[in-house]
Amino acid sequence: MKVPSLRVQSAATVAIIVTAFALVFFYAPLDADQGFIQKIFYLHVPLAICALGGFVVAAVHAIRYLRSRDPVHDARAYVAIHLSVIFGVAVLITGSIWARASWGKWWVWDEPTLVSFLIVFLLYATYYPLRYAIEDRDRQARYASVFAIMAGAFVPLNFAAVRLAEPLVHPRVFATANGGLPGDMRLTFLICLAGMALLWLTLVRFELAAKSASARLARLRRALEGESAPAQRSRIAPAVPPRTVSS
Amino acid sequence: MTAFRAVLAKDLRVELRTLQSIPAMALFAITTFVLFRYGLDRTTLTGSLAAGVLLATLLFAAILAINRLFAAEREEGGFDAMRLAPIDLTAVFAAKAMGLLVYFVILEGIALPIFGVFFLDDWAGLAPLAGVLVLADAGIALTGALVSALAAHSRARELVVPLVLLPLLVPLMVAAANAAEPLLVAGGPSFEGLGSWLAVLALYDMTFAAVGYAVFDFVLED
Repeated sequence: MKVPSLRVQSAATVAIIVTAFALVFFYAPLDADQGFIQKIFYLHVPLAICALGGFVVAAVHAIRYLRSRDPVHDARAYVAIHLSVIFGVAVLITGSIWARASWGKWWVWDEPTLVSFLIVFLLYATYYPLRYAIEDRDRQARYASVFAIMAGAFVPLNFAAVRLAEPLVHPRVFATANGGLPGDMRLTFLICLAGMALLWLTLVRFELAAKSASARLARLRRALEGESAPAQRSRIAPAVPPRTVSS
Repeated sequence: MTAFRAVLAKDLRVELRTLQSIPAMALFAITTFVLFRYGLDRTTLTGSLAAGVLLATLLFAAILAINRLFAAEREEGGFDAMRLAPIDLTAVFAAKAMGLLVYFVILEGIALPIFGVFFLDDWAGLAPLAGVLVLADAGIALTGALVSALAAHSRARELVVPLVLLPLLVPLMVAAANAAEPLLVAGGPSFEGLGSWLAVLALYDMTFAAVGYAVFDFVLED
């Protein structure tokens, strides 16, 4: 399948997200008991699904790195975790806003989904100190891959354990038959999910392209100026080798 | 099998001769009990409070041992010896995890009676609690061996180990605390729900045994 250019993909992302928000505000009906505030669900849940999906994608890239030792996979795993952590911050903030509006408190402990997500987020946030602490590049990539695989295996275990421990307060929208959502809400939700997923993929491509470009620039500088060229700016961001990085 | 036995015997022999980890862990645990007595302003503990104090203390004491797990290999060149030897490096992982398990069992042999003396009115729950703790210890040992190897070559290794290990241990703590709580309630131990929490602990142990088996080779490579 031929991958569309970054410009086309970005345009598509903007189009779908604009459509999604239009649907959220003008098409999706108001929830019977929560009212308007329920609409944050269309932002919060797709962000959460994309963040968790991103962590799994990172684990897959980490496995590919360990098998092939091609630094492109390490770069992809790094960028995937980076963006998923950022999406994770957004999930926690939107979740807090929704909790405050629905239950009157910014944070509730006795609700498994938000707590599980917090733990996963804290775990992946340690990815950066771990990379900073290892100087040798090759070892850094290898250990980061091991971490990504461990953490990927941990995510379902964590959700299962925390869910078992707590009574259910967090709305479990999809647990009932028929997905639990009426038709027009389901359509809006699916378009929001598609928009968020596309946003995640587009941002990953942007970040990989930026890293590739700066790596190429550093290489050219070193070739022109020799040893007096400035060293690579970031100590932990993996250097992407000179080739196309569209996945 | 011989590599596993050799590494385990070496670690246990070194610990027996130098007594680095276990006395430190035991003293740390006892001091932490005292801190909790004053921090919580209580002289007896029951139920979830008792389970929480005990498990948090044992967890932080475990981190002391996990920090030092690969210290000898790092300082004396043991990693090179392991890479050169014609052994399966997974045997090293198993031996290190088993060594940690032995340390934790010894730690609990010392810390549990003292916990009982300090805080518990009724000792009936301690025997089944020891069984729950062995399963939890296996999980901490497996995860700890993996994270310790990961941190062995990093610069701020005493920082990296607790930072990476503690979030990974949260599901284990959830399961262990929920299993331990009914065993320590005021009216005597109750065993309802124990089976399912032990199953979660076993699942956690198996998951990290499998993950460790899969990735440990990559951690120990040059």
